[in-house]
Amino acid sequence: MIFDALIAPFFEFEFMRRALAAIIALSLGGAPIGVFLMLRRMSLVGDAMAHAILPGAAIGFLLSGLNLFAMATGGLVAGFAVALLAGLVARSTGLKEDASLAAFYLTSLALGVAIVSIKGTNIDLLHVLFGNILAMDDQTLLLVAFNATLTLLALAVIYRPLVIESVDPLFLRTVSRAGAPAHFAFLALVVINLVSGFQALGTLLAVGLMILPAGIARFWSRDITPMICIAVSSAIVSGYAGLVWSFQTKVPSGPAIILVAALLYAASVLFGRHSGLVRQLFPGRHLEA
Amino acid sequence: MVPQLQFSDVTLGYDRHPAVHHLSGEVASGALLAVVGPNGAGKSTLFRGILGILKPLSGVISRGGLDVRDIAYLPQTADIDRSFPISVFDLVGTGLWRQTGLFGGIGRPAREKIAQAIAAVGLTGFENRGIGTLSGGQMQRMLFARVLLQNARLIVLDEPFNAIDAKTAADLLVLVKRWHAEGRTVLAALHDMELVRAHFPQTLLLAREPVAWGATADVLTAENLQEARRMCEAFDDDAAACVADERPQRAA
Repeated sequence: MIFDALIAPFFEFEFMRRALAAIIALSLGGAPIGVFLMLRRMSLVGDAMAHAILPGAAIGFLLSGLNLFAMATGGLVAGFAVALLAGLVARSTGLKEDASLAAFYLTSLALGVAIVSIKGTNIDLLHVLFGNILAMDDQTLLLVAFNATLTLLALAVIYRPLVIESVDPLFLRTVSRAGAPAHFAFLALVVINLVSGFQALGTLLAVGLMILPAGIARFWSRDITPMICIAVSSAIVSGYAGLVWSFQTKVPSGPAIILVAALLYAASVLFGRHSGLVRQLFPGRHLEA
Repeated sequence: MVPQLQFSDVTLGYDRHPAVHHLSGEVASGALLAVVGPNGAGKSTLFRGILGILKPLSGVISRGGLDVRDIAYLPQTADIDRSFPISVFDLVGTGLWRQTGLFGGIGRPAREKIAQAIAAVGLTGFENRGIGTLSGGQMQRMLFARVLLQNARLIVLDEPFNAIDAKTAADLLVLVKRWHAEGRTVLAALHDMELVRAHFPQTLLLAREPVAWGATADVLTAENLQEARRMCEAFDDDAAACVADERPQRAA
């Protein structure tokens, strides 16, 4: 009975197995990136970037229909362009990065929706905005896996400067020139993970599998390494549970996955070990020293 | 002796307004120099110039062949995100950056060095605490431990004893004097004149323009201090371009 509900779908249907594989790859790449976005107070930047890749993907769509590589390439180009421009404007004018990014991503989103509407139908628009993880073909799956691998390798390379730049940017600046390259490499990783998530969850929800697990992790650990592990596992768990839920009901897979993550997040806010609300209500007696 | 730092007619500032005006002079290698002056006198600006964070509006700062990245710098208000989940041990360990770089491992000798630095500032037992749990004074001790690890020939401390208690200041002053004894060049911006008179052989009195520079007893006279207070006025938005700036060009 339980087997039928929880495991059988993955034995019976190949599309479910592919979806699960995609979710695991997305979680491995996206969740650590999400943790850094959160620690660098850039959570909303991820959201903004997700919208920014839309016009690129839309131009790809305009040129070659629902073709994966055209849309992924377009998304990458648009994402990098916006990330670099926003970063440059912020670093050279003193406008805060979030404000400068907001200007760029709003433009991008409007442009993207306009372009898709010129050629496509509403269904195409829905596909672009919400993705479809149950339609993973070989190409898409490879792209997602490749991006996850690249993310983990690149993160290993820039890990140290990225951490120091997050804690004490001035110090890093006085001992090394690695700060700015690490920052831009990190933005690039954000973009490629959004392009991965784009196919599975759509532009609007792609960032959900990055930020929500990071938020969950923050309530369970105060050290960055366990934080990343918790984020990855909670992303995988949400993905799996969301897939099962959407298989058994009419809820579409993308929203189902994000809603499960949101449930875990709500539970963490309430019961989390570090500054969870219930913890704060019943903190226990204070210690002697 | 070879100068560690050499200022040739240096003007540093923001938006063309000078905050340090026409400073010339040398800091000998191994000197222990106090930089004093009222708030807004240009002490921090001078340090940012030495670090290369701020480019001089005119003039040249030469660092005796030292790469700016080999200078240990303790800013006035450390720009540290205290909510970031990192332990005292790891943060102090970042002082080894010039040796470890991106990938260098932190092996047993390095871990021992970090532990020694933490012990030297009296923070033993705090290694695994998150930096968010430290008090202001403990934070300053931790940053001194990092400077210690940086093992730099030139150390620049911007108001290192501000807002910390006498015990902590005394402990940290011992470290400063140890650096001096080891032959390192140390610059410190300070406000406590008694402390400067007691422990710093040389002083630069700055009030946007250098008022006096030399042996501490000669610099910290009542007239000089009064002069310094008088000279530190607000920026004049309509100030004309400084004529003195053009002199060296004409000579060349």
